[in-house]
Amino acid sequence: MYAFTYHKAESVADAAAKVASADDGVLMAGGMTLLPTMKQRLAQPSDVVDLGGVASLAGISVTAETVSIGAMTTHDAVANSAEVKQAIPALASLASSIGDPMVRNRGTIGGSIANNDPAADYPGAVLGLGATVVTDKRSIPGDDFFQGMFETALEPGEIIQRIDFPIPKKAAYVKFPNPASRYAIVGVMAAETASGVRVAVTGAGPCAFRETAMETALAGNFSPSALDGVTVSPDGLNADIHASAVYRAHLIGVMAKRAVAACG
Amino acid sequence: MATVSMTINGKQVTGDVEGRTLLVDFLREDQRLTGTHVGCDTSQCGACTVHVDGKAVKSCTMLALQADGAAVTTIEGLADGDVLHPMQEAFREHHGLQCGFCTPGMIMSATALAARNAAPTEADVRHHLEGNLCRCTGYHNIVKAVMAGARAMQA
Ligand SMILES: Cc1cc2nc3c(=O)[nH]c(=O)nc-3n(C[C@H](O)[C@H](O)[C@H](O)COP(=O)(O)OP(=O)(O)OC[C@H]3O[C@@H](n4cnc5c(N)ncnc54)[C@H](O)[C@@H]3O)c2cc1C
Ligand code: FES
Ligand code: FES
Repeated sequence: MYAFTYHKAESVADAAAKVASADDGVLMAGGMTLLPTMKQRLAQPSDVVDLGGVASLAGISVTAETVSIGAMTTHDAVANSAEVKQAIPALASLASSIGDPMVRNRGTIGGSIANNDPAADYPGAVLGLGATVVTDKRSIPGDDFFQGMFETALEPGEIIQRIDFPIPKKAAYVKFPNPASRYAIVGVMAAETASGVRVAVTGAGPCAFRETAMETALAGNFSPSALDGVTVSPDGLNADIHASAVYRAHLIGVMAKRAVAACG
Repeated sequence: MATVSMTINGKQVTGDVEGRTLLVDFLREDQRLTGTHVGCDTSQCGACTVHVDGKAVKSCTMLALQADGAAVTTIEGLADGDVLHPMQEAFREHHGLQCGFCTPGMIMSATALAARNAAPTEADVRHHLEGNLCRCTGYHNIVKAVMAGARAMQA
């Protein structure tokens, strides 16, 4: 790692000010992606602003309609929250499937969606449940948040404060994990929500996306067989040593059916 | 340089570190606690696992300054003098190690599991150890050791 200046932020405003006044400042949540990236010298910020001490960014609150999760809430906290398990079991189960226990103890929901790794799990939930990303500047609809590989709607220095998930009627997340890292080769969140059926796919493309043909097919008949006639094109899907685009397209169909079946 | 303070294995310590100093380097180089190993340095293998405020973390993927003010437990902090911790004893008893390189991380990860789940099943243990890699044992005896060690910790 190249040398950098470390700062501990006291508050969201303090973090924003510290990033703004740095030459090339970066926010740090748990560091679970940032530090490996810096070790590989793929990132070399002049200043790192640690959000770890900003208590207002961590925590979960649940109302009748919404599960709100602070940006600095760890995957472990979401996976083991009795309230999340009760309100949106699919979200707790998704969090429990991320990486390994040590990654879940440090990795955060804010860091995960800000990073927008094509194989990350949480983008599937933000899109599939129609969540809203609340930053220090504005509210960003989940549908507008993920813009490309590692690209989001966030402006430089903009800080995610929390993610608001509307509680769906039912939802399930199923993934085909990479057996080494547990990242999604393909993951599908299927949900019946107040605003209709949503099917979001992660792992398969440059970033998470909605599979609208499946949503239409499921709107009239929310059952796995409704997806029988829906084909997924491999065009534009990821291909790597783990899976070809054709295989990923196939997996989208299989994971989507399993997710719908798991909704019960 | 910045000053960092933390409690390591019950002892209050203070040191001067750079922003980029990793927690594992502070433990090994500065504190000379070389029981915590670096297997990969890329967040994959779990050999560097320690507890920070009771949670198992990969100390190669945490800055020393992120642990400022925290209570850290390393493998050196488990035994009571010459008496091994029940999880260490279980690894010895069940032949849960060969070269021993992964063992400190395995044991720190296993004690974190046992704190939450007093009687883990084989499946629980295998799921929990997904972030700890071993190149020698084939895992079978590690799983046996963790199941036995978790139960012994309740005794
Ligand atoms: C071995 C391993 C296995 C993993 N497996 C999985 C997996 O199976 N599935 C999965 O989804 N993920 C996986 N991950 C990633 C993990 O989920 C982390 O949560 C993720 O890397 C983000 O880490 P972090 O929260 O510590 O953020 P950091 O690494 O600290 O930050 C990541 C990025 O987000 C930015 N950022 C952080 N917080 C904010 C904020 N509040 N507002 C704006 N920007 C912010 C940072 O500036 C940085 O650019 C794995 C990671 C490892 C090391
Ligand atoms: S040395 Fe830290 S995970 Fe391998
Ligand atoms: S005993 Fe050698 S790596 Fe596990």
